[in-house]
Amino acid sequence: MASLRDLKSRITSTTKTKQITKAMEMVSASKLNKAELNAKSFVPYMEKIQEVVGSIASGNTDVDHPMLKSRPVNKTGYIVITSDRGLAGPYNTNVLRKMHQTIEKNHQSKDDYVVIPIGKVGRDFCKKRELPIAKEITGVPDQPSFAEIKEIANYAVNLFADEEVDELNLFYNHFISAISQEVTEKKVLPLTDIDVETKQSSMYEYEPNQEQILETLLPQYAESLVYGALLDGKASEHASRMTAMRNATDNADDIIADLTLSYNRARQAAITQEISEIVSGAAALE
Amino acid sequence: MKTLTVSVVTPDGPVLEESYEMVSVKAEGGELGILPGHIPLVAPLTISAVRLKKEGKTDKISVSGGFLEVRPDQVTILAQAAENPSDIDIDRAEAAKKRAEERLNQVKSEEIDFKRAELALQRAVNRLDVANQ
Repeated sequence: MASLRDLKSRITSTTKTKQITKAMEMVSASKLNKAELNAKSFVPYMEKIQEVVGSIASGNTDVDHPMLKSRPVNKTGYIVITSDRGLAGPYNTNVLRKMHQTIEKNHQSKDDYVVIPIGKVGRDFCKKRELPIAKEITGVPDQPSFAEIKEIANYAVNLFADEEVDELNLFYNHFISAISQEVTEKKVLPLTDIDVETKQSSMYEYEPNQEQILETLLPQYAESLVYGALLDGKASEHASRMTAMRNATDNADDIIADLTLSYNRARQAAITQEISEIVSGAAALE
Repeated sequence: MKTLTVSVVTPDGPVLEESYEMVSVKAEGGELGILPGHIPLVAPLTISAVRLKKEGKTDKISVSGGFLEVRPDQVTILAQAAENPSDIDIDRAEAAKKRAEERLNQVKSEEIDFKRAELALQRAVNRLDVANQ
């Protein structure tokens, strides 16, 4: 049996670890709150832009824009959204595994695709496996504002516009609730599956014309898709980290309970032994 | 007097939602004035100030591009960034203006950076204009 002192020090160190995980849990909980608010305030913008794009796309079928057309796919771009730091449970592993499986399935050669990892974990994953990286993005703040993300989104959209890639896919964790997130694959470009559900059949006048509007609208739309996924991913990250840290705190509690029990037993055993030594010592003197 | 509901929406959340009597914007095709009852319209905006009129007073909002959607009783402005005059960080805009000007002096006019700097300069100047009305 471990000595009393060993047990004591293990209890102390586990208690300290518990304090840290507890603090991290609370930090994540508050970050999750903010991330959810951010995601919520983004919804009206997305809905509106979707409505207008949908109504233009459905209004007449002869609209022509490179971003709306599928072309033969020679090269595919993958954006994968991960976190900068670990300790987030299965958050990063799941999304990276999904991406890796998709790549393995669809591509034989490394010339057929490029990856844009967002977050340090994703970057290290790609580097280790020597996947072709187009651009790596790290240090995305916990509450990203659109201005900070614009550059990333813009870069990805330009890759498609310049025909560097013929398809752009996005992997991220979709936030369902604080305890459940789902790895999602989403095709950003070309925009072939715009939800065309225009309820109000208001036909718009276009000033100056549809082509010009699509010219400004579609890149904005694609960028906001990326931004939306990033907000979603951030919320998932904090939720995932919160759950992981809560589990860690619970486990620490269990360990402390076990150790305290062993400690008390060991202490009692020592006392009993001492008493029997004294008693037998006294008996020997008689 | 009839009014229009004006909402300005950015990816970071709604900036404004209020009733006004008239909206003037600078679209890419020129100035547009919108009164209640306008036919449905979509138009891209330039980096400029949107003027909103109500009871003889004019409110201004700076927008960085984006576009405008008009319905008979409603105007929605979707922009990647938009600010009320009171929310504009003048120091930041000044700094951005300076940076953009320096950049413009350094790079050649064919480069992408030039275009980017030009846009940044426009945004900064627009913000300053709106803030110092």
